[in-house]
Amino acid sequence: MTQTRAEVPITITGGRKRSAAGLSTSGLGRLALYLFLSLVCIVLLFPNIWMISTSLKDSPQIFAYPPELIPNPFLWSNYLVAIQKFPFFLYLRNTLIVTGLATFGTVLSASLVAFGFARRRFPEREALFTVLLSTMMLPSIVTLIPTFVLFTRLGWVNTFLPLTVPAFFGGGAFYIFLLRQFYLTLPYDYDEAAYIDGASSLRVWYEIILPFSKAPLAVITVFTVLSNWNDFMGPLIYMNKPHMRTLALGLQFFRDQRYTQWNYLMAASTLTLIPVLILFFAAQRYFMEGILLTGLSGR
Amino acid sequence: MALQTKHRPGPLARKEAWEGRLYILPWLAGFLIFTIGPMVASIYFSFTKYSVLSGADWLGLDNYTKLFGADRLFGLTLYNTFYFVILSVPLNLFAAFLVALLLSVQVRGINLYRTLYYLPVITPAVASALTWGMLFSGDYGLVNAVLQALGLPTFNWLFNPKITKLVFVIMGLWGIGGSAIIFLAGLQNVPRVLYEAAGIDGANLWHLFRHITVPMMTPLIFFNLVLGIIGTFQVFTGAYIITAGGPANSTLFYVLYLYNNAVNFFKMGYASALAWVLFVIILVFTVIQLRMARLWVFYEAER
Repeated sequence: MTQTRAEVPITITGGRKRSAAGLSTSGLGRLALYLFLSLVCIVLLFPNIWMISTSLKDSPQIFAYPPELIPNPFLWSNYLVAIQKFPFFLYLRNTLIVTGLATFGTVLSASLVAFGFARRRFPEREALFTVLLSTMMLPSIVTLIPTFVLFTRLGWVNTFLPLTVPAFFGGGAFYIFLLRQFYLTLPYDYDEAAYIDGASSLRVWYEIILPFSKAPLAVITVFTVLSNWNDFMGPLIYMNKPHMRTLALGLQFFRDQRYTQWNYLMAASTLTLIPVLILFFAAQRYFMEGILLTGLSGR
Repeated sequence: MALQTKHRPGPLARKEAWEGRLYILPWLAGFLIFTIGPMVASIYFSFTKYSVLSGADWLGLDNYTKLFGADRLFGLTLYNTFYFVILSVPLNLFAAFLVALLLSVQVRGINLYRTLYYLPVITPAVASALTWGMLFSGDYGLVNAVLQALGLPTFNWLFNPKITKLVFVIMGLWGIGGSAIIFLAGLQNVPRVLYEAAGIDGANLWHLFRHITVPMMTPLIFFNLVLGIIGTFQVFTGAYIITAGGPANSTLFYVLYLYNNAVNFFKMGYASALAWVLFVIILVFTVIQLRMARLWVFYEAER
């Protein structure tokens, strides 16, 4: 599979091409295709569209029946009010700390561990890799309570440690697996040449493997940022003190008032979404390319 | 690769082996600290009465007998969860596959669509859950407004115990971007020569799909199915935020019940027993699937 994969052009170009499913597209067919793509897109994005629309409405219009999509008037000031209604910048800071540290830990340790599994040979390697793969099938709920007890005993509750320290221990089996599959596709000649020149393995990892792995590393970075930025259960369990909340958790407390202020809640939700949205669009090319390159097509 | 003989590893090979062990050490340590340790502790807790504040008192099998005997909610949460898994997993898998097929067409601008289709996945769970709460509201929700406009019956979606679970199944469909992207990667990697060869032999589109695309995709369908079932059994956030398990416990899913026991009632021992029962259920499902995989999953270059 590895050889075949390299021959398949990944770049997306226009013109008459066969899709992976074998459909050929031309003329009217293509117009219909775009229409259909857009229709499904609108359906899938509808909750997001509704979220943004609600964030700009005034209170009476939110409860209008039948519901109206276009805000009238457009209350951009909702965003300013939302920021003042809850400690937005404090939660943003907490979210940035958690996401930054956890992502750094995941990418660093996953790429080192994957390097060990893909580029160094040792007798226990295959057995341990099988163990690693099987942990992907382990439901996280089994370890939740003792882990909670452990972190409570260590006095880590209401600190950033429970949400960041575990990331430095390999960062998750799935990411190690993805990177290892990718590293296996790189020719060993480069490593060998470097070793002959007297390079250490750490240098081979840093100066040969990492530069070749930008796309898969981008995939892992985006996945990790997203999952930490949006993590709900982790902060819910470990951050009881209001000043330690992250954005994803803090949104929940817009509902603690007697009635929900939907427009401010949705404005805050939109503000929470924007940073990851920008990241996702910026990394889009790398992301899609990286997904195709990693072992995701899995053998 | 490196210099190495089968029987007597030289100093270079030994150095390589020690380096290898060192590189994987973070994972191995994490595996022992955050997986094996907690699992052993979890088994022990499940035989005790334990709130974090006090010590653990040995109960023997009491938690388990209570679970299977006296706990009415246990059976109900199992029912709710199975209901959800059985509807949601196949539906999501099917929808994700269709979306991936759609996104695999090679036209200008397709990358933008691929990105947009992924957007629901990156929306914070609280935001999307609460938006769904609004859309399904019985009083001012858009879903009912649309049904009404079409002359169809409307429902009090979130307050009618008979249909609340269906709302969560529908909501779940908006999370298919994750598995769709994995399918998409697989579709891109199906060697084009296969289609061309079959095309020369006069195969039509359906034949190509049925006899090339589907078999080549079975490993990924299997991957998404196994991880999908494991994840769906642990459904939590949406129900926690929108309904908190209500009405009439109709959306009290297993992990939500477990969470309530552990965090709200400080019954860590009982919650651990709950966790182990779910673990065994998921394990049985996973093992069955691994066994069945031989019957339908196609691997290239099988030896």
